[in-house]
Amino acid sequence: MSSRIWHIAANTFREAVRDRVLYNLIAFALLMSGAAVLVGQISIGIERLVVINLGLTAISLFGVVIAIFIGIGLVSKEIDKRTLYTVLSRPVRRWEFIAGKFFGLSGTLVVNTFFMAIGVFIALLYVSHHLTHADAGVLVALYFIILQFVIITALALLFSSFSSPLLSAVFAFSLFVIGSFAEDLRGFAAMTQGATRWLATGAAYLVPNLSALNIVSSVAHEQPVSAQLVLFNTAYALVYVGMVLCGAILIFDRRDFK
Amino acid sequence: MAAIEILGLEKTYSVGFWRKRPKRALHPLHLAIEDGEIFGFLGPNGAGKTTTLKMLMGLVFPSGGGARILGMDLDDPRMKAQIGFLPEQPYFYDYLTARELLTYYGQLSGVDSRQLPRKVDSTLERVGLRDATDVQLRKFSKGMLQRAGIAQAILHDPKVVFLDEPMSGLDPMGRREVRSLIEQLKAEGKTVFFSTHILSDAEALCDRVAVINLGQLRGVGAVAELTSGVRGKVELVWQGTSVPAAIKSLGAETHVAGDTTRAIISEQNQDAAMEAVRRETLRLISVTPVRVSLEDYFMAQLKPSPEEVVAR
Repeated sequence: MSSRIWHIAANTFREAVRDRVLYNLIAFALLMSGAAVLVGQISIGIERLVVINLGLTAISLFGVVIAIFIGIGLVSKEIDKRTLYTVLSRPVRRWEFIAGKFFGLSGTLVVNTFFMAIGVFIALLYVSHHLTHADAGVLVALYFIILQFVIITALALLFSSFSSPLLSAVFAFSLFVIGSFAEDLRGFAAMTQGATRWLATGAAYLVPNLSALNIVSSVAHEQPVSAQLVLFNTAYALVYVGMVLCGAILIFDRRDFK
Repeated sequence: MAAIEILGLEKTYSVGFWRKRPKRALHPLHLAIEDGEIFGFLGPNGAGKTTTLKMLMGLVFPSGGGARILGMDLDDPRMKAQIGFLPEQPYFYDYLTARELLTYYGQLSGVDSRQLPRKVDSTLERVGLRDATDVQLRKFSKGMLQRAGIAQAILHDPKVVFLDEPMSGLDPMGRREVRSLIEQLKAEGKTVFFSTHILSDAEALCDRVAVINLGQLRGVGAVAELTSGVRGKVELVWQGTSVPAAIKSLGAETHVAGDTTRAIISEQNQDAAMEAVRRETLRLISVTPVRVSLEDYFMAQLKPSPEEVVAR
């Protein structure tokens, strides 16, 4: 990574921290503490399942909200406030600016997820008094959740490079919801005929397949995760993010900042 | 070698939502700014000054023509490492302190990390922000933000400095300090290109100025050279308090003080006015040309040409 991308990423991370984004960790800690205490009292034998389900789903939702609401302002805020002018008048290429912003927010989400994951493991220890080999699956689920965040961040950045924050939020959130049901959309496409089939198949492969990255339920039920799935999902996320970022850079590279 | 060569740079925007129509923000502009020069780019609001600066900074793409700075293309990162830019009404990352802001910009400009802390401190001192180094920019006044903007533009010791309305938001003391800073930059051998609509600043500082209006260059040259081309006014002073009717009819501004009268008339009426004074047998004391200011020249350039009047 060029040093300029690194500096822009570090500044993006610092902005998120100073804007008190990580305060969501307090809400998450309260949620997990409450859940652990409550689950321990009302459920018998399924405490682990409930804590994993609740914990990972909360991590996913908190992260998606951060990815969308910070992601949509990453570029548009810099244009509106004209802070971009003093950055791009330096030896910084436009693609480096986009890449720096992307890595900065992705880094913020990784750090946020790391602290939340500690909370989930503490809650797990509290309800089951020990960790098992199967709990390693939670780490894989967390990794997939991070891949989801990275995809949503790239999409928010893409919309932010040409649209208003409000529209960007609508687009990014819509794609998150549709992407969460991408497998169903693909199933629907397979059942249709003619032009509808083409359209539905196109749409199904265009939206991010976030449902393939959601293994919370199977991990909670202690089902093993294959190495092949990890490899495939990693490759899919990298290619998808790469394409979305290329789109964002192509748009940003041609923009006039009036 | 010219530090800045503007070679027919022009910009046309598309305006309108459904039916796009072209709007020309800048007609082909040709300018050459010499190395070590302080060059003033003058014009009223909306004249095309900021558009020109944004094109030079790579923030807006030209519709035609081109430019070279220090002999390099506008998108060359090596060139960008050697220029500094202060945008109009700058706004910076307000969650950073002045020291953090300059450190960040220094890093982006490729300043050696070992020298950076020293450069940051000396630059903040130079712009009068030594006491505010660790204050977040959200607590800065408009004038302090302008100083921080100037600091980030000169931090990395650039060869060419572009300043868009550098005196904006500054009090008289601040303006004086910025003027002195610009003079120091020239003394260090740097080229300064600044846009302004405050003519007294340009008159006091610039080796040469260009006047632009409605996206068109109206004149370029040294201030004395430009103002010498404008037919000015003359002041006649005579003894006595009576004002000949012939002088009144020439549209003279007259002022009576004690037993002398002063009349200011246009240069072309000078002979007729002197003749009127002689006819009335008044004692003529002096005839002095009234110095033409840059403002007079500027206002003369802002008048629309006959073609523009027809086009309107």
